[in-house]
Amino acid sequence: MFNNYEELSDMQIDVLREIGNIGAGNAATALATILDEKVDMNVPSVRITGFDEAVQALGGAETMTVAVLVNFSGDGNGMIMFLLNIKDAKSIMDILVGEDDSEDLSEMKISGIKEIGNILSSSYVNAISALTGLNIQVSVPFIAIDMVGALMSVPIIEFGAIGDKLMFIEENFKGETNDLKSNMIMFAEINTLKIIMQKLGLEI
Amino acid sequence: MSQLIVVGISDYKFTKGPEVIVTYALGSCVGVCLYDKVTKIGGLSHIMLPDSTNFSAKDINRKKFADTALVDLVQELKNAGVRNNRIVAKIAGGAQMFAVQPGSKLGAIGERNIDCVKKALSQLRIPILAEDTGLNFGRTQYFDLETGIMKIQSLNRRIEEF
Repeated sequence: MFNNYEELSDMQIDVLREIGNIGAGNAATALATILDEKVDMNVPSVRITGFDEAVQALGGAETMTVAVLVNFSGDGNGMIMFLLNIKDAKSIMDILVGEDDSEDLSEMKISGIKEIGNILSSSYVNAISALTGLNIQVSVPFIAIDMVGALMSVPIIEFGAIGDKLMFIEENFKGETNDLKSNMIMFAEINTLKIIMQKLGLEI
Repeated sequence: MSQLIVVGISDYKFTKGPEVIVTYALGSCVGVCLYDKVTKIGGLSHIMLPDSTNFSAKDINRKKFADTALVDLVQELKNAGVRNNRIVAKIAGGAQMFAVQPGSKLGAIGERNIDCVKKALSQLRIPILAEDTGLNFGRTQYFDLETGIMKIQSLNRRIEEF
């Protein structure tokens, strides 16, 4: 029996990792379609980690970052945040909508990033649905550009009740001309985690 | 300048001038500076959640909640030699980082944190001398115990002193 992420067994973490793997596979396919080029990916790293550790992995609390946040609800509830370094965000949007001289991201580029975040987040939710048969809907995406620590405070506060750990998924997509390092954090309500484990035949 | 003392999320630190305490990238969390200008002793508490009463008491981190962290930090300051009636507060944070629909629970958390911090401070009879709260951006909060000045740094705003 577990009541927070800290108490998950190795086997249960493996299940989350597998969901991460399948989600990343879906995400790579989606990215290849958007970019209209072949996209390879490494095996994603899925870790259950503390808040500070995740923030450090993203370059430190004050690093300027683009975050896309989606809620999921239905048979399972939680939140996924897609995080992209501002430089990576600019370079991927330069490919998609063309280069400009602006220091900031244009409105069009911001909505492009929002859509990519939305598609990647949905890839994970679809992986959960496909594995478990659960009916889960995804909200419209919300976007913000700010210090990564401040952005990540939103989901950690929302799910503060289930402990101080979070699920951190890091993956590298390799396109023909560019690489994209994507980071996602996923929070699920503890009941949702239990349902996922049960559906997959694990003891909880 | 002396070495910075860093406070992480759901934590607090206290010390004495001339040291400077900092907490990085407050989003919807609230940073509370408590200070006694006579002894130059003060603390900074990085509060994550408004209220501990909905959580089972046995395993909570008291530094996480407005209603428990501030009571504990005041006690620490008193133990360090501060008189209760000299403590003053400056607060920052509690932003709404994402422009979600009005009325959504997600948008209200920063505001709820601010409200609960103010309530806890009022119960402790600690006056709030300055605040830089709400709006929609992250803040790094420096607290200089030599001067009692709270300095706020954001990505798109010049540094402001309170």
